[in-house]
Amino acid sequence: MSESPFVLVQRPPTFDFMDELLSRNFPILTTHHTSSIPLLNSISPHASSSIRAVVNMGMLKIDADLLSHLPSLQLLVCTSVGIEHIDLAECNRRGIAVTNAGEAFSDDVADCAVGLLISVLRRIPSADHYVRSGEWAKSGDFQLGIKLSGKRVGILGLGSIGSFIAKRLEPFGCIISYYSTSQKQSVPYRYYPDVLSLAANNDVIILCCALTDQTRHIVNREVMESLGKKGVIINVGRGGLIDEKELVKCLVDGVIGGAGLDVFEKEPGVPVELFGLDNVVLSPHAAMATPGSLDNIAQLAVGNLKAFFSNQPLISPVRLD
Amino acid sequence: MESIGVLMMCPMNTYLENELQKRYNLHRFWTCPEKSVFLETHRNSIRAIVGNASAGADAKLIDDLPKLEIISSFSVGLDKIDLGKCKEKGIRVTNTPDVLTEDVADLAIGLILALLRRLCECDRYVKSGKWKYGDFKLTTKFSGKSVGIIGLGRIGTAIAKRAQGFSCPINYYSRTEKPDVGYKYYPTVVELAKNSDILVVACPLTDETRHIVNREVMDALGSTGVVINIGRGPHVDEQELVKALTEGRLGGAGLDVFEQEPHVPEELFGLENVVLLPHVGSATVETRTAMADLVLGNLEAHFAGKPLLTQVV
Repeated sequence: MSESPFVLVQRPPTFDFMDELLSRNFPILTTHHTSSIPLLNSISPHASSSIRAVVNMGMLKIDADLLSHLPSLQLLVCTSVGIEHIDLAECNRRGIAVTNAGEAFSDDVADCAVGLLISVLRRIPSADHYVRSGEWAKSGDFQLGIKLSGKRVGILGLGSIGSFIAKRLEPFGCIISYYSTSQKQSVPYRYYPDVLSLAANNDVIILCCALTDQTRHIVNREVMESLGKKGVIINVGRGGLIDEKELVKCLVDGVIGGAGLDVFEKEPGVPVELFGLDNVVLSPHAAMATPGSLDNIAQLAVGNLKAFFSNQPLISPVRLD
Repeated sequence: MESIGVLMMCPMNTYLENELQKRYNLHRFWTCPEKSVFLETHRNSIRAIVGNASAGADAKLIDDLPKLEIISSFSVGLDKIDLGKCKEKGIRVTNTPDVLTEDVADLAIGLILALLRRLCECDRYVKSGKWKYGDFKLTTKFSGKSVGIIGLGRIGTAIAKRAQGFSCPINYYSRTEKPDVGYKYYPTVVELAKNSDILVVACPLTDETRHIVNREVMDALGSTGVVINIGRGPHVDEQELVKALTEGRLGGAGLDVFEQEPHVPEELFGLENVVLLPHVGSATVETRTAMADLVLGNLEAHFAGKPLLTQVV
């Protein structure tokens, strides 16, 4: 290799934690633009034709149009697990390799999913407020919550995050089952071939699968009715996995028993009807937001870049077909 | 048959209260305007007391009730009952072990996650509309942190098992080392605190364990360490705790119990590195029903001359 590959790092200004590590290893160009036209306008034609890798931290939409303006692009490093914003078919056509966050966040997201679940069932934020507002001293005992141990938990998507969640809930005596695009042979949990039967046979469903055309609104009204009025939904995947309008109705009307949500259809917008419900715990897409995870993703991004440009196997490649 | 007088010490559970009312001559102690007059009047008819974590039976009450045969506590902890006096007078004591172990252990993990990942704050952040103006800050990872448990009984063991699911190394302090558990033993609480990121109190409250988490222990935990208390308020020197937290010498605290419940030091209300819960360790519909059934079952067994279900004394 005659010269170091030129890397474009796309990230919001506040996400510059990787700049130093990346620039130590590669010549980088940073941009905060979140769409193609302003981004391409902000860099010189020479630069755009020299870019051989993009580190996509701001969920920049990578489509055929953008790719046509980056003729030297060989590698796309995404720092999220979800890659629904990438035109994988087009990358495949152009021979562009894609990597994602792999397992960099899995511990933290799994921790958050379990934390949200316990918080919903045991009403932790509501109970904390009950103490801080002086209500405990005034009004006596707080309301009773719902026991977690022994509950049936159905996991939608048994990838890295899903299996980390299962591992954490097993010692709680939870009975784990899952739905996935295909049954996994060596897994000790019961498989359900569709989401409806998963919901019908569980007390809790936890969403941690990728958002694709097939999984958009996979949790719809029918699924929620199947889950039932004591059922709880935890979503640490993508907001688009749930029909959010119906979810709000189901929560307000008591069609389901509660929800713990880290993701929403139009972040940072969140339906205000959820704000007053104490059986709903909300989180600002923060499931992976610890220094440990950020460190992991920085190491992983550099690792993937180094591997690619020294013809070594990628660490967290995404299948493009 | 003469109706059996049962004294219930405070409101604790509607189902239990209703069942006691149906089966016995139930006296609700908290509704008596003049307690000493009440005791004088009913001293010869009260044969059982039903207490809980807040109110039990001290030596004086036991002396005031000469016909007392059994105290059935709606709790596993017995620190509110003068056990020595009961032994002396041949009064039987029962509690509610096992049925609440899972709930309390679940809550301990819930407290750790809520504290380290700032889940209550996150919830407030979104529900107050603040997310529109910017992302929440970074929080602290739980997985892999070392957990030090004071007391490796039923509840301590259940907490350890759950924490292992998060790849946490487990340390413990106990009166005696338990060689087969596979966790690292520390002979003092200070050493346990020095070597753990998260210190969990899960032992019974006795004279020996009062203020077992004191200033020295909190200093050993330090500004990156946190205390989780699902035992009894007096396990922790609350005044010292407040100082350590407000002065930044202790990293945080998740508390389900306090020294003078329901009163909680107000200095804690404004802190973002604490989670404060109103003694809800066993507070689920399922568990409280199971606890009530144990109380009722023990009383029934006693008055039928059958073996007690969960006898302590």
